[in-house]
Amino acid sequence: MTAIEAASMAYHPAEHHRFEAAGKRFLYLVPSGAVFGLSGLSQEIFDLLENCPLSREELTGTLLGRGYELDDVETTLDEMEEFDVVSSGRPKKTFPSLPEQTFPIQRIVLNTTNQCNLACGYCYEYSDDKIAQTKDKPKYMSDAVAQAAIDTLVSESGGRSQLHVTFFGGETLLNFGLMRSSVEYATHKAGEAGKTVDFSLTTNATLLTEEIADFLAEHRIGVTVSIDGDKELHDRMRVFHSGKGSYDVIAPKIKMLLARHRTNSIGARVTLSNGVREVRRIYDHLTQEFGFQGVGFSPATANPDRLYHINGTKMDQVLDEFAELAWEYRDYAIKGGRHYFTNVSDTIKEVHLGISKAYTCGAGLGLLGVGTTGDIAACHRFVDSPVAQMGNVMNGGVDHETRREFLENHHIGARPDCHTCWVRPVCAGGCYHESYINHGETAASNLNQCDRIRGWIDLCLRIYGEISIENPKFLERFDDN
Amino acid sequence: MNSLQPLNRKARKLAETRMAETGDVEALQQKSKKHGRVYYPLGCTIAFNPGWEVDVSGGTAGLCAPVERDLFDCYLGCAWPAQVPDHVSNNPDWTSKCNAAANDWRNVDVVYP
Repeated sequence: MTAIEAASMAYHPAEHHRFEAAGKRFLYLVPSGAVFGLSGLSQEIFDLLENCPLSREELTGTLLGRGYELDDVETTLDEMEEFDVVSSGRPKKTFPSLPEQTFPIQRIVLNTTNQCNLACGYCYEYSDDKIAQTKDKPKYMSDAVAQAAIDTLVSESGGRSQLHVTFFGGETLLNFGLMRSSVEYATHKAGEAGKTVDFSLTTNATLLTEEIADFLAEHRIGVTVSIDGDKELHDRMRVFHSGKGSYDVIAPKIKMLLARHRTNSIGARVTLSNGVREVRRIYDHLTQEFGFQGVGFSPATANPDRLYHINGTKMDQVLDEFAELAWEYRDYAIKGGRHYFTNVSDTIKEVHLGISKAYTCGAGLGLLGVGTTGDIAACHRFVDSPVAQMGNVMNGGVDHETRREFLENHHIGARPDCHTCWVRPVCAGGCYHESYINHGETAASNLNQCDRIRGWIDLCLRIYGEISIENPKFLERFDDN
Repeated sequence: MNSLQPLNRKARKLAETRMAETGDVEALQQKSKKHGRVYYPLGCTIAFNPGWEVDVSGGTAGLCAPVERDLFDCYLGCAWPAQVPDHVSNNPDWTSKCNAAANDWRNVDVVYP
């Protein structure tokens, strides 16, 4: 055996991210997404190999010298190799495979209207960064288009038994009539096919009435309310076309909704922008003033030139506040309590399940967006835009050829920038729409966000590690759904 | 799997897969090298495994249940086709004259199918 061959057979740590929690050491393995705790012999093996690649004989010899039994060393080393904690030979890169051509659709998002009664400065549908071209297109989706979209969902759903329809806008409730008829039609059509369907709605809450709230409750429709905090913060960006803030209009309506609708989750979605960054203050207001049991934050999608874009230093401050809330989540979890910061719970769920993504999200994969014309886009953010289009529900349905091409181009294997990043099992490159706004290309990785995403996932891993030691029972809630 | 601990669901699945592939049958009286303790089977469905009839010392004093308890465990609590009449459908009164097995075991008669 040549020296080069011998070196290539030496053991070395496989691709991983190392973290510590509650004084213990853990490894997040890439690409599997498995999390293992290291101690005793496995920790010694790992430390030895981190310092210097060693052959099996060298490794065994060293550990026997430290008093370990041969049988234990061999068993542990075999386990570590099988789980890809360590490997021998050349470092290998493996990626999830491409999905089959007929990958079933599970969710459609109906952009029921391209109109909105608000004029939020950061909105990706109407602001300077808008890509939707709605001129000469119907303002409201017709029943015929919605029904064709639902037919497409059912016919493209393959073996999926549980389907989802999301109602989106513009402001969705401007077309509440369509929502009502679509719920009835989809329930009937899914039933005919031996499937079930559930529904969700995103709304700015300005048009909520008791009648609508009762309808949402009756049909167990999950609701996401766009709200940016207390009156001062909310009214900075979420304004009517006159410029008047919308907080005073929506606050009583949200309270009414939360009081009348208790059959499904009602969450708050906060869009952070340059003037609205006080995460703790917003969280406290939404949970204490309204009683939201789920609050998620997302920075506005914005080209760095926009005034509402959060620049690097300010974004770091935002993440510091995220971290403060995340540790608070840990404290609640250890005591068995409930905390409503969904950015943490969503990430911890993915860590707990060991998700290893081939795609950033379900866009074009299990999810499609449909506009008022019936045009199909990869997701609701691309509806009515010139990019990521894949057919029309009124004219031939899903264009499988284009969809296939989209899926090939956006697969993690086709994003070389991500191939050396340990966080790719949960990130997989980032939102296609964000990429398009920032880089003009949907398949470009969001490289400007990488350090922050790695920092966030590392934080969530440490929190996960601590919860798993202090109160593992808490994590069982993430097992089945 | 002592020093390398699977934490999340993916890791547990990997560990379970390995255990299914590499795990071996262990005789009941044999002290496992890995765990350093005797393996006691749970339930009665493996009653014909060699070793069940005796305890770790080779006698019967340390068995987890005396024979008369086995009788009622099988008769009342077990859905498996056992070596005693079943309580559920065919012989609901089989032990009605046997209030205390240690004293009344003679009243538990033979059943002819």
